[in-house]
Amino acid sequence: MAVISAEKDTQELNFRLVAEFDADVKRVWRIWEDPRQLERWWGPPTWPATFDTYDFVVGGRAEYYMTGPDGEKAHGWWLITGIDAPTRLTFDDGFANEQREPVDELGRTHAVVTLEDLGGRTRMTLVTGFESLDQLNQMVEMGMEEGLKGAIGQVDALLAEEGAAV
Amino acid sequence: MDRLFQALADATRRDIVARVLVAEYSVSGLAEQYDMSFAAVQKHVAVLERASLVSKEKRGREQIVRGEVDGVQRARRLLDDYERIWRQRVDRIEDILGEDEDRT
Repeated sequence: MAVISAEKDTQELNFRLVAEFDADVKRVWRIWEDPRQLERWWGPPTWPATFDTYDFVVGGRAEYYMTGPDGEKAHGWWLITGIDAPTRLTFDDGFANEQREPVDELGRTHAVVTLEDLGGRTRMTLVTGFESLDQLNQMVEMGMEEGLKGAIGQVDALLAEEGAAV
Repeated sequence: MDRLFQALADATRRDIVARVLVAEYSVSGLAEQYDMSFAAVQKHVAVLERASLVSKEKRGREQIVRGEVDGVQRARRLLDDYERIWRQRVDRIEDILGEDEDRT
């Protein structure tokens, strides 16, 4: 079992996941550092992610999109806020419209990834902080096969719509 | 110290949500409960309001805070979904890491 624990805080809108892998820290770091590897796991199989900009330095930006079965695209971006190779990465993750311009209204999530050596194995801890429920909702849609279709081209619509209870 | 403060802040916010889900409170009423300044409670309420967990309504001179049951349930459901996304990602990471072993 790779996933050791997942903690969710509905009040603070925080998510924390701990997973362990049978690979050393340097190897696990590469799944974050190398965009070609990142693309293979970030999106679901039917909505693969393409990172066509990936400036892996502090202050660097990444631009990505997920492509659906009918060619629809959902866009997002990262801002790398901290790198301490090969054990710690922090970045902000936000949404972009079809013109690939950041959609600021939904804010950004803050992610902290830490890798810890367990004698050749690796413990990865991911903490994501959300700013609002709408933002969390959109993030979930961007990550799920069944949600992505709805997320496409609807960033603007979602902004107009008010906190629609699911 | 920092962590302690954070935890306390969390506990207060949790408590505020628990209270206002049961009954309405004014911001000053909440401030009395926690022996905190009006401004401090106001800040907690603002955080919770942003998260759609409480709503605030002006009534006369008072600001009434109410819990948003839908918001709490929605947060729980969405965080469950988000967990599913990450579990799937971890599975895919494992597959990628597994390929290395196959090769060696």
